[in-house]
Amino acid sequence: MAAHPIVRLETLALIGIGGFAGSNLRYFALGLFSDVQAVLLVNVLGCFALGFLVYEAQYAGLVAKRSRTVFTTGFLSSLTTYSTFAIQSALAADPLLLVAIVAGNYGLGFTAVLASRELARRLRDDDATPAAGGEAA
Amino acid sequence: MIGSAVPGFVTFDPEPAHIVGTGGAIGAVLRHWVYLQFSSDRFPWPTLAVNVLGSFVFGLAMFAGAGESAIQLVGIGICGAFTTFSSFSVETVQLYERGDRLLAVVNAGGNLALSLLAIGLAWGLVSVGSL
Repeated sequence: MAAHPIVRLETLALIGIGGFAGSNLRYFALGLFSDVQAVLLVNVLGCFALGFLVYEAQYAGLVAKRSRTVFTTGFLSSLTTYSTFAIQSALAADPLLLVAIVAGNYGLGFTAVLASRELARRLRDDDATPAAGGEAA
Repeated sequence: MIGSAVPGFVTFDPEPAHIVGTGGAIGAVLRHWVYLQFSSDRFPWPTLAVNVLGSFVFGLAMFAGAGESAIQLVGIGICGAFTTFSSFSVETVQLYERGDRLLAVVNAGGNLALSLLAIGLAWGLVSVGSL
């Protein structure tokens, strides 16, 4: 599927705008909380949102593919970050802090994905129930 | 400093949020390009690549003693947006749930180990370079 050059350019522009907004929100969080807390917060929220959109697409597919790409690739993937997390881990003053940073981001990040999968499944099942019992037009 | 030798450069003082945002837009578009080039169904190579490379460049900027604006542009903006935690988490969970449990563990450990190694390498390069 070779997209028209203008469509490709538009996609790039939208991803850039998403990147601007996502990184700005992350920077805003860095100003509100300590650096470790801010990165943990945006990473967990971003994992939940991306997980929901990915599993929603798999189960129901209500959100159009290109809108999803632009939002997830542009905004969510720029909101969350690995480099700052890695730097924080590398510079952790004591081993306990290192364990807390890694376990916090990994543990809560994966948990957020699983929680969003569960939410997407429930939404699918809620939608499927009335359809299975016949349309009530 | 160089800045004071260039007329007009001193007055150029953009908002930190604009610096971060501009870097974020660049990082997101670069990451998108990497995903278009190196996507794989077997293993999430693009995410591993952006995370390790982004950590390395952030490390270089930091150990080289970059100023506040440079860290905002390159570190928080470009590298922050270029690397991603959300795709990494979702891909790891997907590897695990499709039965590739070992690959999921390798992916989780590999991203961390290689990113830390890359930061160590950046530190080493800056230390050697500044002797």
